[in-house]
Amino acid sequence: MSEKPKDGSLVKEVRRGENATVVTLSGDVDLHHSPTLHAALVELAAERPKRLVIDLQEVPFMDSSGVGTFVEVFRRVSAYKGKMIFFGLSNRVRSVFEITKLDKFFTICENEQQAVTA
Amino acid sequence: MSQSNPVELKITSSPSCLAAVRGAVEEMARYEGFGEMDSHALVLAVDEALANVIEHGYSGVEGLPIEVTLSAVRSSDHRAGVCVVVRDQGKQVDPGQICGRDLDDIRPGGLGVHIIRSVMDEVEYSCPNEGGMLLRMVKYVSSASAEKPEA
Repeated sequence: MSEKPKDGSLVKEVRRGENATVVTLSGDVDLHHSPTLHAALVELAAERPKRLVIDLQEVPFMDSSGVGTFVEVFRRVSAYKGKMIFFGLSNRVRSVFEITKLDKFFTICENEQQAVTA
Repeated sequence: MSQSNPVELKITSSPSCLAAVRGAVEEMARYEGFGEMDSHALVLAVDEALANVIEHGYSGVEGLPIEVTLSAVRSSDHRAGVCVVVRDQGKQVDPGQICGRDLDDIRPGGLGVHIIRSVMDEVEYSCPNEGGMLLRMVKYVSSASAEKPEA
């Protein structure tokens, strides 16, 4: 099932499958957008998907507010023993995960196919 | 170190202002010959500095003044660089207390200062007598990625 939310949270599309919910984000994940993104991801995590897959292919910029949002949602997903997986990171976005050492903490895949089976 | 033709940006403490400042910083970095990742590092540091002012200096209150000044500088070994000064009128904090937190503690928040100190070559916080905080930071083009500036 595909859905295109219109809540200004950077969530461009949500696709729900048996093994994974894939969330496509589009835009800068910064202090301006992180609060609404957090709310949207918390809502999706509450559906307890086996895997919450975050597609970052259309995210050109992310700051520590975005990192904080993902860490907080990761905790919620881990609490019900689900997985949170990222793919499609640009070099810029990947560098933020690396600087904060979260590249070792999060599961980061090269593409969606890997992510939905990780 | 040389310094000329500073660019001054006056914004208010609204998160919606961040994208415009990032755009200006990116343009300055490109003009000074920064490569993609050096440019991103500078943009990220300025974004984090402004986010800290908005969230902590002004406690999330919007509409309060922030000034950002960008200047071209040169390192002692003649690499191009950009000096950024962020001036606010928010709460004063002992500069010695402004430090990054332990990254092994995986939790949201508190990463901005760590990022700034990680990616910038010089970082100095001070408390001007007139009130507020002043952050001066400098990023130079990495030796390996030095590029000639556009004409």
